[in-house]
Amino acid sequence: MSRRGPAVLDRPELRPTDVTRAEVEDLLYLEAQLLDEWRMEEWLELWAEDAEYVVPTNDNPDADPDNDLMYINHDHRLLKGLVVRLMSVHAHREYPWSKTRHFVSNVRVLGEDENGLVHAGAAFMVWRFRNNDRDCYVGRYEIRVRRTAPGLELVRKWVTLDAWTLAPYGAVSIVL
Amino acid sequence: MDIADLIVEREDEGYFAYHRSALTSDEIHRSEIERIFNRSWLYVGHESEVPEPGDFARRMVGTRPLFFVRSRTTGDVNVFYNSCTHRGATICRRDTGNGKSFQCFYHAWTFDTDGALVGVPDEECYGPHFDKSQHGLVPVPRMQSYRGLIFASYDPNVEELTEYLAGARPYIDAMMDAAEVAAEFAANGKNGGSGSGSPAPPLQVLRGTHRYGIKANWKLLVENSFDGYHLGPTHATYFQFLRDQNVEVSPSTGSMKLLGNGHCVIEYTGSWGRPIARWASQFGEASKAQLDSLREKIIGELGETGYRMVELNRNLFVYPNLFVMDNNATALRVIEPTATEYMDVAQYELAPRVEDPTVRKVRLESYVTFAGPGGLATPDDVEALESCQQGAHSGVEWSLLSRGYFSEEPPMSGELQMREFWRRWQHQLLSRELVPS
Repeated sequence: MSRRGPAVLDRPELRPTDVTRAEVEDLLYLEAQLLDEWRMEEWLELWAEDAEYVVPTNDNPDADPDNDLMYINHDHRLLKGLVVRLMSVHAHREYPWSKTRHFVSNVRVLGEDENGLVHAGAAFMVWRFRNNDRDCYVGRYEIRVRRTAPGLELVRKWVTLDAWTLAPYGAVSIVL
Repeated sequence: MDIADLIVEREDEGYFAYHRSALTSDEIHRSEIERIFNRSWLYVGHESEVPEPGDFARRMVGTRPLFFVRSRTTGDVNVFYNSCTHRGATICRRDTGNGKSFQCFYHAWTFDTDGALVGVPDEECYGPHFDKSQHGLVPVPRMQSYRGLIFASYDPNVEELTEYLAGARPYIDAMMDAAEVAAEFAANGKNGGSGSGSPAPPLQVLRGTHRYGIKANWKLLVENSFDGYHLGPTHATYFQFLRDQNVEVSPSTGSMKLLGNGHCVIEYTGSWGRPIARWASQFGEASKAQLDSLREKIIGELGETGYRMVELNRNLFVYPNLFVMDNNATALRVIEPTATEYMDVAQYELAPRVEDPTVRKVRLESYVTFAGPGGLATPDDVEALESCQQGAHSGVEWSLLSRGYFSEEPPMSGELQMREFWRRWQHQLLSRELVPS
């Protein structure tokens, strides 16, 4: 018996997919670059219409977004609102813009669900510098993507933070 | 600088200013802990956070580590200092959980949920005079709960909590009564999970806590949390968002009332929707019927007070560091004065103990789009406070709080609430008696 299990070992409900890790990495690296360069409208175009961008609180990583308090629980309409905000000179926490660097690694494609969505997981580190702030957010992405004719689109990004609280950072004013 | 000189007030010209060393002096911060935080009633937590016997949660309260636990014998909530009576290690080492007993990991002393010392390894080595009953966990000197809100005081002689709450109490009552109607309405007229024993509080704390830090003095967040003047300029992007959701945005208007003992409230109109209970287009059509009938029900049962509860927004300040934010949703904001130039903030969202899923959904969205560290507004408050803290080191010495000095009816956008806060603050720092600690 091979010691290497199949890719879906930890998610038995998923079936194998032909979407490769390289394709998912390309999407996540592109997302990271667009965010770091503040190309927010282009970033929004990576998302599907049924987008879900979710950041649960540090103390409740397995949150139920329909019942629990989250930091962020955005559908496409709210993502658009966030982009409008971050492009505004009145987003005082982010104007002038902070400098950020998104790092994505440990990417694994986990498989495909019955709706054809491909699940992947990754580790991330996001550094944010502004005035005296040197914030480092560390955690895990749970990603769902959909294959479309032009390429993969982001359907869901669930961001779990490893820190026990958001202190000392005052906010999550950027997109993680 | 003497405490007495930190505030300059000239009544004839309507001038009020405080010296910014109040935001930067470590000596003043130490004095605040001794003379304000050690003498007030301080919010600890909510009954709904520990519903079952043995449930516990730990907190920093007025810079001291505490934990509260629901007793396995009485069913009441006990609040203890989080420190082993043997050598001092913290006993409760998780944020929340359920336990039969609490064992110190250092030397394995074990305490039950009433704080009694029930286990000491090799107890006989302490000799014949050792009495376990003298070494139980130390409860805070005073602990009282009001309609689900648990408070503690380090001052054994502090007045009763209900007396301390003074004019804030009817506001808490009105909010709780409206929430009670909402819970019963959602439970279709049954008691809504109140059970047969002691009645469950009308509001529950939802899972998930907003805990964040601000590199600023704690008093700056007190000022900010009842400041009606900053809404337009600071939160322009939030109002833009509302307009983009087809909400007709008009400036909030309202009043401010002093409630005694340093407490106060601003009560004001808002363009946004409220989960109890004012529908607005940002909520989407799906919740309209529910919210409209809930609104009618609350007004029907509570009359004029009910109308105020559904229609108006409130930021209720319970001196020295608790805000009940009843605006885009209902939340508690607790300000912890961790250090002179750094505070920790905890925000808890409240909801009726029974709630229709559609209403719950708009409540959650309404809250996080505005408030909290990932919202469209709170990050800009954080930025404002950290800017003020930097400015306090500039050499410009005074901060001005004269707005509305001559107003007969204090507007919510005035600064009388801040003046009253600073007056009481100074009065307490100047007070001669000290609490034995």
